[in-house]
Amino acid sequence: MKEKNKIILFNPLSKNNPVTVQMLGICSALAVTSKLEPSIIMAISVVAVVAFSNLIISLMRRSIPSRIRIIVQLVVVAALVTIINEVLKAFAYDVSKQLSVFVGLIITNCIVMGRLEAFALGNKPWPSFLDGIGNGLGYGIILVIVGFFRELLGSGTLLNYRVIPQAAYDAGYLNNGLMILPPMALIVVACIIWIQRAKDKNLQERE
Amino acid sequence: MQEYLSTFTRSVFMENMLFAYFLGMCSFLAISKNVKTAFGLGIAVTFVLFITLPINYLLENYVLKQGALSWLGASFATVDLSFLSFIIFIAVVASFVQLLEMIIERFLPALYNSLGIFLPLIAVNCAILGACLFMQQKDFPNVGIATVYGLGSGVGWLLAITGMAAIREKLQYSDVPKPLKGLGIAFIITALMGLGFMSFSGIKI
Repeated sequence: MKEKNKIILFNPLSKNNPVTVQMLGICSALAVTSKLEPSIIMAISVVAVVAFSNLIISLMRRSIPSRIRIIVQLVVVAALVTIINEVLKAFAYDVSKQLSVFVGLIITNCIVMGRLEAFALGNKPWPSFLDGIGNGLGYGIILVIVGFFRELLGSGTLLNYRVIPQAAYDAGYLNNGLMILPPMALIVVACIIWIQRAKDKNLQERE
Repeated sequence: MQEYLSTFTRSVFMENMLFAYFLGMCSFLAISKNVKTAFGLGIAVTFVLFITLPINYLLENYVLKQGALSWLGASFATVDLSFLSFIIFIAVVASFVQLLEMIIERFLPALYNSLGIFLPLIAVNCAILGACLFMQQKDFPNVGIATVYGLGSGVGWLLAITGMAAIREKLQYSDVPKPLKGLGIAFIITALMGLGFMSFSGIKI
């Protein structure tokens, strides 16, 4: 793989992470991270949608009139999300019930639109595809980290298997019910941002 | 009447789009730096929600749902188009926003200039599509309730973004740890406000 493509693929994972640095796509998914399993499914769906919508829009980029490009982009994304939704309903019905409206909300996830506007409209199909995968993964990593900590501390399980031994509970350990509540997702993300920016001083905001 | 009131208060406080479901976070974080623009964006979002929700409600109940097409004749009674709902909903929202943009540009140039950049962004505001999808899930009995739900969700969002903007304006004078400055502290404040709004969840009307 060429050097440039490698940067496109791996930069969004850390230095240019869509959630913690570009501030995109926080919307739809924080509410689904109270367990690890839906977080992983959500992450995979977003990777697929971003990658393929980037590819399709990049292929069509010369023929879209710029006045109506937002509608064209939304229709392409909505079609992809519809496919994902039907696939989830067929093969992972329980999870798709848990995710409820949040699968549909991938359409308005700012990562998808942001990458289409910023990258796919001006680049060739292959780099756009890689950019989509990279940004989807960068977003997925954050989701999985948040889901991991919330499930571990909130319910004492991981992927529904008990990790914290019964002995700990007998000794007086309690699950932290606060971690299940939606606002805690934001605090966990804030902690991730704190750690990342403390390590990489270039990312800190100056005013 | 009571039903309308309870739907309204529930959508403003107990099921606040931002603090209960985190919808519309992107524009919330990006535009909540001063109160005036935040308020303008909030009004625009409320207006779009107020108009698009009833349109989508009618589409859902007379075109998309299973058996919804039965007014066309008995042979249509089993048609189920609900898999098309994402595309239809987002198309309605996006085209309405585009229309609104043109109308405001033509008749209210002053408002257009102050909102200009944010207007097209409303189409991809998750709060709007989110409200449409919740409307589909909640299965409201009539179009009036759906409209009130749209209005309430918009007002709730407006409240949230204006409050956040006010806090962030004051925040400039405080001494925040460097790595948390900006985005990090905004997240924590949103979380605390969310916890505050959770105290409404016990109220039954």
